[in-house]
Amino acid sequence: MTATTMAPPATETVRTADPSKARLRAWATRAPLLPALIFMIVVTQLPFVATVVISFFDWNSLYPKARHFTGVDNYKDVLTDADLRHSVWTTVLLTVTVVLVSLVLGLLLALLLDRRFKGRGVVRTLLIAPFLVVPVAAALLWKHVLYNPEYGLLNGLLHYVGGPQPDWISNTPLLAVEASLVWQWTPFMMLILLAGLQSRDQQQMEAARVDGASDWQIFRYLTLPHLRRYLELGALLGSIYIVQNFDAVFTITSGGLGTANLPYTVYQSFYQAHENGLASAAGVLVVIGSIIIATFALRVVSSLFREEVGRA
Amino acid sequence: MSTIAVKRKGLGLGLVAWLLGIVFFLPIAWMALTSFHSETDAATNPPSFGAALTLDGYREFFGTGGGASPWPALINSTVASLASTLFVLLLALPAAYALSIRPVKKWTDVLFFFLSTKMLPVVAGLLPIYLFAKNTDMLDNIWLLVILYTSMNLPIAVWMMQSFLAEVPVAVIEAARVDGARLPTILARVVAPIALPGIAATALICFIFSWNELLFARVLTGVVAETAPVFLTGFITSQGLFLAKVCAASLVISLPVLAAGFAAQDKLVQGLSLGAVK
Repeated sequence: MTATTMAPPATETVRTADPSKARLRAWATRAPLLPALIFMIVVTQLPFVATVVISFFDWNSLYPKARHFTGVDNYKDVLTDADLRHSVWTTVLLTVTVVLVSLVLGLLLALLLDRRFKGRGVVRTLLIAPFLVVPVAAALLWKHVLYNPEYGLLNGLLHYVGGPQPDWISNTPLLAVEASLVWQWTPFMMLILLAGLQSRDQQQMEAARVDGASDWQIFRYLTLPHLRRYLELGALLGSIYIVQNFDAVFTITSGGLGTANLPYTVYQSFYQAHENGLASAAGVLVVIGSIIIATFALRVVSSLFREEVGRA
Repeated sequence: MSTIAVKRKGLGLGLVAWLLGIVFFLPIAWMALTSFHSETDAATNPPSFGAALTLDGYREFFGTGGGASPWPALINSTVASLASTLFVLLLALPAAYALSIRPVKKWTDVLFFFLSTKMLPVVAGLLPIYLFAKNTDMLDNIWLLVILYTSMNLPIAVWMMQSFLAEVPVAVIEAARVDGARLPTILARVVAPIALPGIAATALICFIFSWNELLFARVLTGVVAETAPVFLTGFITSQGLFLAKVCAASLVISLPVLAAGFAAQDKLVQGLSLGAVK
């Protein structure tokens, strides 16, 4: 980091006496920002406002004339409908499991990769690869090539040790989806945690070692506290991406066998069932869930961000 | 602990790391191997590791076997990813300039607004966008995806570029200005050389996200503007012996992402963490 990072430039402090000129100058500074800002508001905020409005209507696109305002009925339906309630639960379960397991695995791998050993670069590359497979392709790989009960690789390998030949997707559908997502997201967690490990204060660690601290003590009292925010960041960003997951659920189980999460349910209820109002209400619920996570995520990002600015 | 014991422990942990690396990579290696097997060799139990290699899976995938050709989908994905990445750069570069080198007042608030849009789930706006597209005859049009992918990646790009441009020392820019250099010259001679690697990494990450996207593409495109991930969804239901073909298709469609990802490896974390981790 250079010493000048984030420092406000000197030009801002030089003010012209003429107020209209100053205003012009302020607009000239703002101008480069406006296209991106306006574009984002139009493309991302307006549709969301429309979703909120539609969520208060009873509106099936097959019967457009029957459209009418129903207040919060859609929300009542979403919250009382057994299938929809189940999809809320599935979303929570899927997100929490995948985030926690990949976070723990990612931490383990990051700790291993933080040490020097022969071929570290190669191992790092091997470990990143799962994250760089197109999500649909990864889901197809797990569904057909690994899980297939007759000729999938998992049962093929079990065959060698004389193990059972389970039908993975039918027996444990949610677990099957989760395993494929853990495989893809562990590298993501590993990368963030590895960056965290490498930003530790080496002098402090060295001093602790000289003072006779054990590996475990260094991990417990120096590394873990330092990693805390990186763990939080990984968990929160992972949650934001996995709450929205559609590809794996759509591909591996097509939302069947109790694996439909909220994004899939929203997709299904307007794309197949044409229930626009219900879909919108479910969509708004996903947003509320995301906002709760996002508030925490933004706080973590901004604390890391401030530290970055402060260090300058 | 004696140094020998420390060394031995280091060696053991190195081996564990190698082992885990191989376990994680195994599905991809198996996918690659299977893609070069014949369909009958691909569907055996126990698996045939040493079966004869053939390009039949790839021939089938590229449509010479009579199936639908993947070329239109691959071309659509290329257009959508490249065009949206270009638009992202065009919008994000000036914005990042106004948030770092010559910052507007309250620039951190603006930066966090961009970030917060990324937290809004895609499904939240999907239905209105679908209805809008239907009423304006934009369904099944690749340019609609270009617009949506631009909005999807713009926040990440603004955050990344802001941090890259902020690395350009203000003192150097001031010095150039004192020497009489005008803005275009400063941008080309001073800012670009320092920020270019970061800009390239940003572009690669935007390309990856656009190429991977399924939900928008699935809902908003049909036969004409279908992208590569939508083409892959054609393999969701089994079609007899088709493993080699699935593997070939998955691998070919993942290749651009693997290439872009390895090229951007060093900056990947920064992009994925929205610039929060350096």
